Amino acid sequence: MPDISFREAIIQATREEMERDETVFLMGEDVGRSGGIFKCSEGLFDQFGPERVLDTPIAEAGYIGLSVGAAMTGMRPIAELMFGDFSLLAMEQIVNQAAKIRYMSGGQCQVPLTIRLTMGAGRSSAAQHSQSLHAIFAHVPGLKVVVPSCPADARGLLKTAIRDDNPVLFFEDKMMYNDIGPVPEADDPIPFGQAEIKRAGSDVTLVATSSMVGICLKAADILAADGIEAEVVDPLTLVPLDKETLVQSVRKTGYAVVVDEGVQRFGVTGELASMLSIEAFDYLDAPVARIGAAEVPVPFSPSLELPTIPNEERVVETVRTLRS
Amino acid sequence: MAKAKKSTVKKKRTVAKKIPPKAPRKVIKAQTPDLDADTLWFMYRKMVEIRKFEEHVWDVYTRGLMPGLAHLYIGEEGVAVGVCSALKADDYITSTHRGHGHCIAKGGKLDRMMAEIMGKESGYCRGKGGSMHIADMSVGILGANGIVGGGFGIATGAALSAKMRRSGQVAVCFFGDGAANQGIMLETINMAVIWDLPAIYVCENNQYGEHTPYHRVTGVENIVDRAAGLGIQGVTAEGSDALDVHAKVTTAVDKARKGGGPTLIEAYTYRYRGHHVGDDGYYRTDDEVKFWMEHKDPIKLLGDHMCKNKVASAADLDALQEQIEQEVLEAIEFGKDAPLPPPEQAYEDLYA
Repeated sequence: MPDISFREAIIQATREEMERDETVFLMGEDVGRSGGIFKCSEGLFDQFGPERVLDTPIAEAGYIGLSVGAAMTGMRPIAELMFGDFSLLAMEQIVNQAAKIRYMSGGQCQVPLTIRLTMGAGRSSAAQHSQSLHAIFAHVPGLKVVVPSCPADARGLLKTAIRDDNPVLFFEDKMMYNDIGPVPEADDPIPFGQAEIKRAGSDVTLVATSSMVGICLKAADILAADGIEAEVVDPLTLVPLDKETLVQSVRKTGYAVVVDEGVQRFGVTGELASMLSIEAFDYLDAPVARIGAAEVPVPFSPSLELPTIPNEERVVETVRTLRS
Repeated sequence: MAKAKKSTVKKKRTVAKKIPPKAPRKVIKAQTPDLDADTLWFMYRKMVEIRKFEEHVWDVYTRGLMPGLAHLYIGEEGVAVGVCSALKADDYITSTHRGHGHCIAKGGKLDRMMAEIMGKESGYCRGKGGSMHIADMSVGILGANGIVGGGFGIATGAALSAKMRRSGQVAVCFFGDGAANQGIMLETINMAVIWDLPAIYVCENNQYGEHTPYHRVTGVENIVDRAAGLGIQGVTAEGSDALDVHAKVTTAVDKARKGGGPTLIEAYTYRYRGHHVGDDGYYRTDDEVKFWMEHKDPIKLLGDHMCKNKVASAADLDALQEQIEQEVLEAIEFGKDAPLPPPEQAYEDLYA
């Protein structure tokens, strides 16, 4: 398996799906000639031309709206939202239209739409270019939410997203674009709703999403030096959610910490902690702990920003407290 | 502060001058296309279907046979029928919350519509959509929409899809004067213009956004005045005159199919009833309503044209009206007899 970057994994999956299916096309701001602000579509414009790689105006509600209509009528669009924060401009199109049109029409249509968007703080982009808003979409029936944590998962899950007949929100932590990892060469879509145990362990379960998986793997190494073996479980997709794998792990270890970069309150950590508390209640030796982003907008200065994001020290500290 | 005062005074004067709107300000050059008898009969039939269907929806509502609300299209039939009679079966439309007329004109079936309005399993949306979400994708109806301006994205996207698939289809986005103040209109029309999409934007200017006269909340006298700013060709139509609407939409459709890009058509029209079935229209004068009903009724205008051109006699038209009355009554029976969906169906149709 060759090592490629998270970014290259995205480009590869997009290219292969566009080659495989001529109804797949890409649209977004600067995705064409410039190859995307994060260079996630580099080379695609040259290969597929302006008819299948569309540079849109800066009009998020408008082009996400177009992608919904195109998806309803025989196309399979991939719409890139550059910064996940901009999804808020397109909320009406995603939540009121894309998520509901199939249901409202009694199943008369399908909306095979992939919306790629970023999340993640840590690069001094401040409050309007750093949010992790995946929980908002996981709240809405009719959408699927994907949160890959490594290049291989990004490639396999993006292929599944593009082939899925429903609107899928595909979240890429922009801090991971340069991460390198082994990626299989075969055309291997990864099914939704199957969590993956990224590191096996018997003493505590760390449920982590997106870039928090990397944080938890680092924390697990630190804990291992203390003789605590952490199991790191990555749900890969929040909707659908593989409750079974998460619950089984917690029943085995008796301790659980949920780590996610969304703002902690009313977010992913709360939902997963609640689910685990109910489903694994009799097996828990301590309440499920949660680590999310601080309850402030993401600040600009690194000295302010970095402490608001979960890190391995906090995970280690939380596990030690939990087990003491 | 002084500046603010001045602008208040100006606003007051403008409002007083503009209310109530009696007729469109724009002078419309109405066109009368040379249509064969079958087409005229079809258009007349569809308008009467809409009128009778809507009158009965009001009745169904007041008799408590339907849950929720409905927004009636009575008075605006000339627009839906003028537009849809210029389309092919596989062309697309997106509709509005006042959508029954568009659905009937594009080929929706009365019985399945009525069943949906009543929340029944055999309705178009299996009881999941109701009056505001009727869709029949098999005849290109991409759905009525509960969000004002909700059709802009879908219709423009369908036009993009048609262009990419080289299918020759066009997409019509129906919207009201109220939706013309939603930002999505600018965003989507802009994209239709830059990519020459086969889209036709039909503004049904019925002069009220819910209870508010559009002049009070709109910075231009006519919605079509915005066309130049959007870079789109703008056309005005007499919405009460289905023939004029048909002629202008036909031109726009021909242009769109040839790759000539989108058109914005503003059709002046009027809803005889309130915003929804429970609204008595207190914000309009009786004279104003009477003016439109007496002078601009789309069914009467087309009927007169057909009689004048010896395509039909008054007795023919009466007979058709009676026949359609029966068809609507049958649709109501169909809806009444249909079962309600069982609760477990709430969990179906969510994901494909």
